[in-house]
This record gives sequence, structure tokens and C-alpha cells, in this order.
Amino acid sequence: MAKVTVDGIEVEVPNGASVLQACEAAGKEIPRFCYHERLSVAGNCRMCLVEVEKAPKPVASCAYPVNDGMKVFTDSAVVRQARRNVMEFLLINHPLDCPICDQGGECDLQDQAYAFGADGSRYTEAKRAVKDKNIGPLVKTVMTRCIQCTRCVRFSAEVAGTAELGGTNRGENLEIGTYVEKALTSELSGNLIDICPVGALTSRPYAFVSRPWELKKTDSIDVLDAVGCNIRVDARGPEVLRIIPRVNEAVNEEWMADRGRFSFDGLKRRRLDRPWVRKDGKLVAATWPEAFSAIAAKLSGLSGDRIGAVAGALADAESTLALKDLMAAYGSTNLDCRDDFATIDASRPDFYRFNTTIAGIDEADALLIIGSDVRREAPVLNARIRKRWTQGKFKVGFVGPRGVDLTYPATYLGDGPAAMSAFAETLKGAEKPMIILGRGALSRPDGAAVLAVSWALAAEVGALKPDWHGFNLLHLFGGQVGALELGFVPGQGGKDQAAMLGGGVDALWLLNADGFDPARIGADTFVIYQGHHGDAMAGRADVILPGAAYTEKEATWVNTEGRAQRGRLAVFPPGEAKEDWRIIRAFSEGVGKTLPYDDTAAIRAALAAASPVFGRVGEVQRAGCADMAGPAGGSVSGVPFVLPLPVYHQADVISRASDVMAECAAIYGPAPALAAE
Amino acid sequence: MSVHHEEPTSFAFDAESEAQIAKIVARYPEGKQASAVIPLLYVVQKQMKRQTDSGWVPRIGMDAVAERLGMPPIRVYEVATFYFMFNTKPVGKYHLQVCGTTPCWLRGSDEVLRACQDHAGVKHYGETSEDGMFTMTEVECLGACVNAPILCVDDDFYEDLDYERTKALIEALKRGERPTPGSTIGRLNSAPEGGPLVLTDMPGAGE
Ligand code: SF4
Ligand code: FES
Ligand code: FES
Repeated sequence: MAKVTVDGIEVEVPNGASVLQACEAAGKEIPRFCYHERLSVAGNCRMCLVEVEKAPKPVASCAYPVNDGMKVFTDSAVVRQARRNVMEFLLINHPLDCPICDQGGECDLQDQAYAFGADGSRYTEAKRAVKDKNIGPLVKTVMTRCIQCTRCVRFSAEVAGTAELGGTNRGENLEIGTYVEKALTSELSGNLIDICPVGALTSRPYAFVSRPWELKKTDSIDVLDAVGCNIRVDARGPEVLRIIPRVNEAVNEEWMADRGRFSFDGLKRRRLDRPWVRKDGKLVAATWPEAFSAIAAKLSGLSGDRIGAVAGALADAESTLALKDLMAAYGSTNLDCRDDFATIDASRPDFYRFNTTIAGIDEADALLIIGSDVRREAPVLNARIRKRWTQGKFKVGFVGPRGVDLTYPATYLGDGPAAMSAFAETLKGAEKPMIILGRGALSRPDGAAVLAVSWALAAEVGALKPDWHGFNLLHLFGGQVGALELGFVPGQGGKDQAAMLGGGVDALWLLNADGFDPARIGADTFVIYQGHHGDAMAGRADVILPGAAYTEKEATWVNTEGRAQRGRLAVFPPGEAKEDWRIIRAFSEGVGKTLPYDDTAAIRAALAAASPVFGRVGEVQRAGCADMAGPAGGSVSGVPFVLPLPVYHQADVISRASDVMAECAAIYGPAPALAAE
Repeated sequence: MSVHHEEPTSFAFDAESEAQIAKIVARYPEGKQASAVIPLLYVVQKQMKRQTDSGWVPRIGMDAVAERLGMPPIRVYEVATFYFMFNTKPVGKYHLQVCGTTPCWLRGSDEVLRACQDHAGVKHYGETSEDGMFTMTEVECLGACVNAPILCVDDDFYEDLDYERTKALIEALKRGERPTPGSTIGRLNSAPEGGPLVLTDMPGAGE
């Protein structure tokens, strides 16, 4: 530790810390552009100048290591003058077009010029202009505004692992770009918008849409993958205008994935905004009472075992619980939440959770990935793996289709279940080995066996220890784990989804269940579809109950680790659509089977009673493996693994309704591994 | 990237280049091959000169270097565009690099420039003559200021130039001759003009 005195305040910081970090520890604000705590230090903007005792001139604090006994001055006359001068230099070639710049109001350059800059410039010569670059449909560039801090260059090389941005030419001609025009291939490209301290990289879909002070900001959770990124939903009136990440060190640090960030225009399209009932083979618009009585009439004549319910990828925990309780009231145990036919064993939480936890990846020293393109299924989690890899001494093995680029090197072992044992020796040699099994690897006839074999491998190689749980299932969407925690799986004598389809039940209640081909539902089965988008499944419905999307309700979501988090209502659901659990509650009352909760607090209490994860919102209980006995399996086949999401940008009802995502899908197409087939 | 020229559609190292690459890459420790990026870009430029008479580095050549050294292409583009010595556009058969830095300028680089303009058929820096013979570039100090002003033709320095001698040089190049590089006034390296001026009374000096 080194003792440093900053403006008379004494702080202790670790040896090797930078002066900037010491200043922060002392509570002093140091202006900066190029420095970013999650990126390597570039030290090129010079905005962070401070005075250090005995140093002959001001030093760039971000790149200057502390010394024991060092005295730092952050607000001396010299420092103030130095900052003014640096700012004057930075603004020489900056267009000062704040009135037409989308960064305006949330721009580091604007804020710091205001706080630390001079009131004018002595520069009277011509400014340089730089051609804008086309780097794809998500990130808009106005390169004349670029101050060449190289944050974007470092982000794409270091965090995203797709080194495509760089600085070409030199001196006055230096330009940031891709040199050869191309759309960035990262699923994390939206983060460039956040890290660019000026208005050079901004959001294309948000271009000229709004000013930050016009927005109503609501903290929420992303559900378009299973990472559970903490987000802020920015809305104006009834419309979501953008989604940006919030910091949560244990989950997403400060990143988020492009599908979660840019799909929101899909929230306005193809919405189910009123109930519909099928009459004479045609869906006709209906009122809530009409829809409810159509369902009630159908269900009243059926015995419990002829009624079933499936909860899908984007079902929130509240409505899943309500539906489970409603089914119980009807005497039905035909429940399933694995609408993608994944043979998940819900009998023990560690069979289906990401037990190592996302933060735990930092500790692992070997990793085997089975049947999962982690980069596209959970981009932020993949960045965490990559971060671990950059620290060295971390071997990765991969089983699955050839040609998957994870952004870090992985030993390719083979494409089918048999190949996974090839990595056993490496895992055995590791202190804290990890296995990530993709949910997609379980959506196959021998899925149960794949699960069992993967668990057995984890047990064999020492990944299951009292103080380390290295078995991980990677889910795909925000609603999948919550339903498992609530035990939304066949009860005593109940049918699973496969048994319910093809006429196995006479009435099927689908809660956001869009994960399978509607044609598999029996022709005579009465289908109740509760959801928010008029996707394929809604077209098969006999009654449509319009629900709320994740931005439109107070709902609880559980990420792949088993971490419950609360989504908040940012805008109201469109038209007559309602919060999902309230729909089920209202129906239950109409049929005389009133569910025992009628406000948010009551249903949350019911959730907490149903599973402890809902009692510790925001937290995850990390534990070692207490019981090595694995799930039941059978024998695995030699069939190669197939990745579950063919097109990254169109994976769920919301992204499929999004024009922005459609444009991305047209440009990027299917994942390379799939395209090669 | 603004491309105003034809980029070749293929590039492969020839045998001569391969031999050079093997030697160059071996200089760096395992895992640090990316350090060879600058010499390899020269290999590309030289090979282009051999094959097309124009020493430049096409984009696809940069890609070949990236692939060979296992580095992202953008990292190679950055290096190739940073250094003036790599031509990212085709150049003429002779690359006239006029030093315009202060010592050369004080010693008459404007005259060298004027001679090039008058006789090589290039009016501005960056231009290639219509016959494809000459490209003229302004460069910074070539490190030969003692013999200023300098005109560097491809890799050769021609020193102590003035208008007439530059003209003569260009005419010679046009005829396909390659005058001996070095001082154009006959001095030895950077020894004083007209012979030694000091230490002439040393025993044995001037013999
Ligand atoms: S585009 Fe933005 S992040 Fe990238 S170098 Fe320029 S100012 Fe920095
Ligand atoms: S923040 Fe220190 S030089 Fe940019
Ligand atoms: S100034 Fe021309 S060689 Fe130095």
C-alpha cells in the first residue's frame, strides 16, 4: 500500500495504482476522456493532468503510478490552467455542433468543457473535417466530433474481442474507423455508444429522437437473454425511446448486448392490444368479459387432466405462479415451462442454474463449453469469460458446431456429446474447472442423457466440490429460470409439453410460449394464448389475452444464475393489454376460483413463499456442490449439437417484430457456424 | 478508406518474399510475431515493385501480413497507414521523395521541388506523372541534412542537389539510367566540400 496525500487528504491505495485512482479514493473528481476503468490505459487525451510535488510539470494522472509519500494537487492554479489549455486543444478540431448532436446533455466533452474549460478559444484557423464511417446499422458515426481518445478501439479489441476499430493515418489525418468499410461484427457494439465520451458514436435508432432531460428513466432488467443485464428504460409518453445498461458488477458490469438494447422498436409493432376470440374459425376482436367467458365455458366442461399450461421464454415469475395456481384450482398438473423441449431436470436447482455465477467466472481456471455459442446466446457473459481469458492461465474447450468464434481461443473437441470427455484431463488438472452446458444442447431426444453425462463429467473432473460448483446451465431468455424455480413442470401424474401437444390435452393455456411450432398442437385443442405479440403462436389461438411486455409491468425475472431481479413499469401496456398476473387473477375470480393475492405485495409474498430466490431479490446464493448425485439420464447419441438461436438478432417475439433487428439480420445473417452448413 | 485506385484482387507472397519472411519472423520470440509487421510490410512493397514496377502495399497485401502474423487486419492497417514509407496507393516507377524539412529547405529544397515539377511531369505532392514514371512525395527529414538538400529516389539518396543537378538526375532516370547515389558534387560521404579543412597539418595528412 502507498500513502498518498491528495489536496491535503491522506489516502492509502495499493502499490501500482494510478494517481487518478488515488485522487478518486480521496473523493476528488478528475476530468478524463481516454481513461476508462474497464479498459487499458492509453494516456492520450491529457485531460487528467494534476500537479505532483517535485514533478517538473503537470502529469497525466491516469497513467502515472503512485509512490509512497506522494503529494498530489488537483486544484492548483497550474492544474486549472493546464486543464483549460488541454480543453482548448481538444476543441480546436471539434465542430461544437452541440445543438444538433445527440450526445448533447449527456456529453463528457460538453460537461467538462463547462466545468474545466476556458471561456473561449484563440484558434482562428480552419478546422479539420473527417468523413463519417458506416460501421453498421446500430452505431451512427459523426467522426468530425471524435477526439481520438481510442476508447472505442480499446473496447472492441479488449472487451468485445472483435478488433475491428483502429486509428489509421497519422497526425492531423488520424482517423478512427475500420479502414475497410464494414459493419462491426460484435454483439456488444451498442456499448461503444456509451463509452464514446463525445458525440462521435451515437445510437442510430435513437438519432434525433429526444434529449435526455425529456426522458422518464426507469430502472429495469433485460430479459432478451438470460444474463439479466441491469438496464434503464428511457421513455417519453407511451413510447420506449431507448434502453441503456446500468452498472451491476456481479451481472453485467456496465455492458449490455445489442439485442436487448436495440429491439425496443419491436415493442410498438405487432402488438396484441385487445382480446380476440375465434368464432367460426376466425379470430374476431372481443372484450375482456367475452374472452374470459369463452375460456370459462371451455374449461368448465373439462377434467383437470385434459387441461394444460405452458410458460415460455418471456413469462415473468408473477404470472407463472398465478397460472400454476390457477391450474391447480382446475385440478391440472399438466404444466411445463420448457417450451423449447429442453429436457431440464427441475428436481434440484443446481441441475438448471449457472451455479458458478457470472462473477465466479473470474476465479475459474478451465472451461468446457458444450453445445452453446455463448457469444451469441449471452454476449455479456461471454465478455466475462473473455475477460477471464485475457488474464491468462485459462484453457477453454468447445463442443459444438465447427466455426463458432467465441472471441477467445478454444480447443475444438468435436460436434457431438462423445467429444466432451476429450477435455476431461485438462479439467482435472484445473483447480476450479467449469462446464457450461447450453440449454440448446438439451433440446434433443437424448437431452436428458446429455445433461446426465455433462453432470457426470463435472463430478469426475472435480468441478463439483463443497466450495466450488462448476456445473452451469446457460439459459437463453429472462423468463426461463423463474418458471423452473417455481416448479412449473409436470406435477404428480402430469403431462409434459410433448405429451400435451398432439391432442394430449383439450385446452392449452400458453403464457408467452412461443418456443415451438404451433402445428404440433392437436387440431382439436382449444388454445388460450396470453402474450404481447402477434407472432405465429397467437395465430393458432382460440382466445388471445393481451399481456404486457417486460417494459410495461412490475415483474420479477430470474437470470441464469438464479438471481431474482425486478423489472419496472416504464410505459403502460398498449390498448387493453394488462399486466399478466392480473389477467389470470381476474379470470380466476370470474370462475369462482379466486387466487389468494390481489396486489403486487401479496403476489410477491406468494413468490417468496414458493421459492427462496424470490425472497432475496438482487442476490444470488453462491454455494458449492453439496450432493454429487446427478440427474437421471440414458445414453447419448452421436448426433451433432445444433445451436438454438439461428439468427442472433431475431430470437424472440420482440426482436422478431423489430425493424432495427430485421435490418441487422439482413446484414449479419445467421451465425457463421450455421451459415457454413 | 477512400479508394481512388484499383486494388488488386489477389496477393500471395512469392518465393523471394517467403525466403525473406522466414528470416525476419525467426528474429522474434515465439508468440511475438506481430513485431515483424513493419519488415513484412516492406516485403510486400518490394514484391509489388518486382511484380508491377510500382512499390506499394495494397490492402490485400496488408491482409496477407495480418494472416501470416496472426494479428487482426486493422492492427496492420494502422501501421501501414501511419508510416509514410509505406505507399498505400500505387506509385510511379520512380518515387521522388523531396525532403522539405528546415535544413534541406534552407539549403534549397524549393529548387529541387521546382526541378521535379518542371521535368518529372508532377505538379503537386502526391501526384504521379501521366506516363507513370514518377510519383513525387514530400517527406520529412531523411537524416542526411549534412548533405542537404536531398532527393530520395526509391531507396537511394541523391545529395547536395540544386536545380540543374536534379534536372540531370531526372533526365537520367528517364533514359533508364541509375546514377550512383550519394553526393552529386563528388564529395566523399559527408566530408567537407573541396577536401579536408581542418587537421591538415597532422603528420601524414594530405599525402
Ligand atoms: S469515436 Fe469516440 S470513443 Fe472512439 S476515439 Fe473517437 S471520441 Fe474516442
Ligand atoms: S484520462 Fe489521462 S490522459 Fe486521458
Ligand atoms: S532536413 Fe532533409 S535530410 Fe534532414
